Amino acid sequence: MQIIISNSSKEPIYEQIFKQIQTKIFSGELKEGTALPSIRQLARDLRISVITTKRAYEELEKAGFIYLIAGKGSFVAEQNQKFLEKKTTSD
Amino acid sequence: MENVIELQGVSKKFQTFSIDNIDLQIKKGYTTGFIGANGSGKSTIIKLIMNLLQPDRGNVKVFGMNHANHEKEIKSRIGFVYDSNIYYESLNLRDISKIVAPAYKQWDNKQFNKYIDQFELPLNKSIKSFSKGMQMKASIAIALSHNPELIIMDEPTAGLDPTFRRELLDIFQDVMINEGKSIFFSTHTTSDLERFADYIVLVNKGEILLHQSLEELREQYVLVKGSADLLDRDTESHFINIERSHDTFQALSKNVEEVQKVFNNHVVIEKASLDEIMFFMKSAHRNELNNSNYKYS
Repeated sequence: MQIIISNSSKEPIYEQIFKQIQTKIFSGELKEGTALPSIRQLARDLRISVITTKRAYEELEKAGFIYLIAGKGSFVAEQNQKFLEKKTTSD
Repeated sequence: MENVIELQGVSKKFQTFSIDNIDLQIKKGYTTGFIGANGSGKSTIIKLIMNLLQPDRGNVKVFGMNHANHEKEIKSRIGFVYDSNIYYESLNLRDISKIVAPAYKQWDNKQFNKYIDQFELPLNKSIKSFSKGMQMKASIAIALSHNPELIIMDEPTAGLDPTFRRELLDIFQDVMINEGKSIFFSTHTTSDLERFADYIVLVNKGEILLHQSLEELREQYVLVKGSADLLDRDTESHFINIERSHDTFQALSKNVEEVQKVFNNHVVIEKASLDEIMFFMKSAHRNELNNSNYKYS
C-alpha cells in the first residue's frame, strides 16, 4: 500500500493518511477484506509517530471504511450504498 | 494505558538545583521524547529512573516495580544509553561484548554483530581510539543487543552526523514495531522528535512544564507574528509568552481561535515548532518564577 505524506502540508498527517486510504478504497485498489499494514508497521514505513497512524486508523474505523479484529489487525470494510454512490459520482 | 515508568512525588535536592515533588508517567508501547535546556534536570531525572541517584522523597517505579527490591530484573530489561562512555577505555568491542553478554539473559550476539557491521565499528580497536560519535554508536549497539523492553537514552544523537541519525531513527522505529517496547530519550535535536515521537515531556528548572502527545502539541500551539502596536494588556493575555524586537513581536499561543478573533488578519499565525514551544515556555516559566520570588520577598 503506497502512501505519500507531506510534512510541510497544512493538512495534518493523520488526515493525509485517512484521505489516501479512502481514495484507494473508492478506486477499488483496496478491496473489501484486504488487510492493512499494522499501525506500527505503517508508522515505521512512513517515518512518523505511532499515535499519528493510530489516529488515522481510528478515524477510518469511525467512518466505516475499515474494521479492527483484535490480535489480527485492520481490514477494509464492505462498502455500503452511500459510499458506492459517492464513488460513481466522483468517477 | 499501562505505564512503563512512574515517578510519584519525587524530590531530590542538590546545592544549586532541586527537583521538587514531581510526578511523571511514561506510557508503555510508545516513544517519549524528553526535552529541556541544559541544566533543566533531564539527566538527573534519567539517573533517578536508572537508580544511579536515589530520591530524597517519593517513589520511582519501572515496569511497576521498585529498584529496592527488583533492581537486577529492572536493569536486565532496560537498554541504557548514557552520554558518557561507561566502558573500560582500553578494551575493544569484542572484549566488551564478552563481558556484557553473560550479564544479560537475552543477549543476542547475532544482533550485536549485525549492528556493529551496520554502524561500521571495528571489533578489535580499543574504545579510546573511537571518536565521540563511534563511542555513542557502540553504546547504542550494546544497549539494543539484549532485546530490552525499555530503551532509555540520554542524548543518543549528540555528536552523530545527520545521515547516521536518520539511520538510527529507522532502527528505533524497527524496534517499536513490536508493541511491547517503549523508548524514553532526551535530546536537543528536536527534529528527531518531530519525526516520530508519540509524547513529549518538557522540563525546566526541575519542573515538568508539559507532557502531551506530539499530535496535540501540533494542533494546539501556534506562533503569532505581528506589529508591536497590536499589543496591550488585553491582547497580551492571549499569549503564553511574547518576544519583542523593535516594532514587531512573536508570541506563543495555545488558542488559535481566540487569537484569530482578537487580531483578525493583522497577524501571521503559524504552527509552532518544538524549539519554539520550548523557548517560549521556558521564558514564561522564568517570568513566573521571578514574579513569585518578587511577591514573597
